[in-house]
Amino acid sequence: MSSAPLQLQNICKNYGALRVTDDVSLNIEAGELHAIIGPNGAGKTTLIHQISGHAQSDSGRIIFDGQDVSRLPMAERARMGLVRSFQITSILPRFSALENVAIAVQARSGSSFSFFGNASKEPALNDTAMALLSRFGLAARASVPAGQMSHGEKRQLEIAIALAAKPKLLLLDEPLAGTSHDESQRLINTLQELRKELPIVLIEHDMDAVFALADRVSVLVYGRIIASGSPQSIRDNAEVRAAYLGEEAA
Amino acid sequence: MNNLLDLDAPASPALATPPRANRAYLLPLIVFVIFALVPLSALWGSQSFILALVTRIMILALAAMSLDLLIGYGAMISFGHAAYVGLGAYSVAILASHGITDGFIQLAVALGVSLIFALFTGAISLRTKGVYFIMITLAFGQMLFFLGTSLAAYGGDDGLTLASRSMFFGSKFLKNDVAMYYVAFGVLLGAYLLLRAIVASRFGRVLRGIRENPVRMEAIGFAPYRYQLTAYVIAGMIAGVSGFLLANQTEFVSPAYTAWQRSGDLIFVLVLGGLGSLHGAIIGAAVFSLLADILSHYTENWALIFGPILILVVLYARGGITGLFGSKS
Repeated sequence: MSSAPLQLQNICKNYGALRVTDDVSLNIEAGELHAIIGPNGAGKTTLIHQISGHAQSDSGRIIFDGQDVSRLPMAERARMGLVRSFQITSILPRFSALENVAIAVQARSGSSFSFFGNASKEPALNDTAMALLSRFGLAARASVPAGQMSHGEKRQLEIAIALAAKPKLLLLDEPLAGTSHDESQRLINTLQELRKELPIVLIEHDMDAVFALADRVSVLVYGRIIASGSPQSIRDNAEVRAAYLGEEAA
Repeated sequence: MNNLLDLDAPASPALATPPRANRAYLLPLIVFVIFALVPLSALWGSQSFILALVTRIMILALAAMSLDLLIGYGAMISFGHAAYVGLGAYSVAILASHGITDGFIQLAVALGVSLIFALFTGAISLRTKGVYFIMITLAFGQMLFFLGTSLAAYGGDDGLTLASRSMFFGSKFLKNDVAMYYVAFGVLLGAYLLLRAIVASRFGRVLRGIRENPVRMEAIGFAPYRYQLTAYVIAGMIAGVSGFLLANQTEFVSPAYTAWQRSGDLIFVLVLGGLGSLHGAIIGAAVFSLLADILSHYTENWALIFGPILILVVLYARGGITGLFGSKS
């Protein structure tokens, strides 16, 4: 038995006749940042949906933290520490930035079946949330409704929300999607720090970011992992070059 | 950390709210002061007419306010909320017809029946979303309507007249219309404060978060279903209390209380007054009832005028009447 915190064992997912995830097995080791790359439509986001529980797998097992979580809903996996971000920014638009983070802190501290007392004035929740916002350079934007923040700020905020939920492992679905050069530089710096704290599964299109950040890279093509290894070995892999990197070179 | 917070004081919602909050409380305060003073107006005019009208407004407001918890804060568009008004009203009438006139017993039954019906129908309805949720709540409401019409022993279609209003501590003080008025006022105020506390609480924040983005809430560990069902039960029980008051005020119950048109009225009231503010339900109920009363003096087809008004509100005043005052929650 492997002690890897996250183990995917032969997981599959079909949408109708289309096999989106085809017998994927993968271990995410403690302390590693594991990037999953692949061309558009390779099934990367579906894979994250399956791991996080947003979509259920048709077959195979997902072991997280020594437990089979294959059949658990997303909320329960999140409470166990398997926390994700979304490719398309997912925030609470009319909540302030601070409340977006504070409610995630609330999710992991005490009962939320409490009907009295103003939640937005709980110092324990707000202090933790404020510290996280500061860490992401968003302290001055704490009271801004999240829907009115810039795209780059929202991407930062989403990672702050994920961290507030006390993850033991983070699943990041294209955190750099749609960000400007400066914004993505800032996010990459953030990820450089985060990777020291917990294992991360990163889906990303930005190859510079992937090769700068990843300890290991897996290449997903048509729902299959065709190669897995160090960034250098992936770069040198002929099959990968043909299937994927070749596109960019051309 | 604290210094940083101080520097950013205006940007920190926890610290910066007082001036805005004061204004947000002003409108509901004015509304409740007006309600508290209405019985005095009777010194000059036809007491019983005004008292009865405003009592009914407050009872309607109570039901609409409970629906606001679902629609305005929980994004659960229930089209069967009048069912609970009917359950509360029939609890009074059926018990009274068997000689049980103690208000506490009637109220406990009204609450209990509403709780059970909400738990049962909510548990099923909340497995659906969007238009299916609207339709299934409508279906449950209509189920109750037809049950009411088939209750031959309790008047069937024609409804049931109350022999007397509820008694509390063996006293019949509720027979006095001013007492009835202030009981309705007290319940409305109590429910308003209760719901205000709930929507600001941890629970309420989760409910509002689910309204904003249910997938985001699941991703941080909240299973929406449990929270939505709890809100559904709370709202149903409060509407049950409004039915208890309605039966006492009109001294009559009929299946019409649970008809889908009444559920539609509640939604109309909310849209008119403004969703997601609680006091919008009260203002909406007042405007709805007064308009209906005034228009019905001029034409039997007053509903024809209501329709265009609703369309105008939806097109040009999305926040309803409270939205025009610029106060949001």
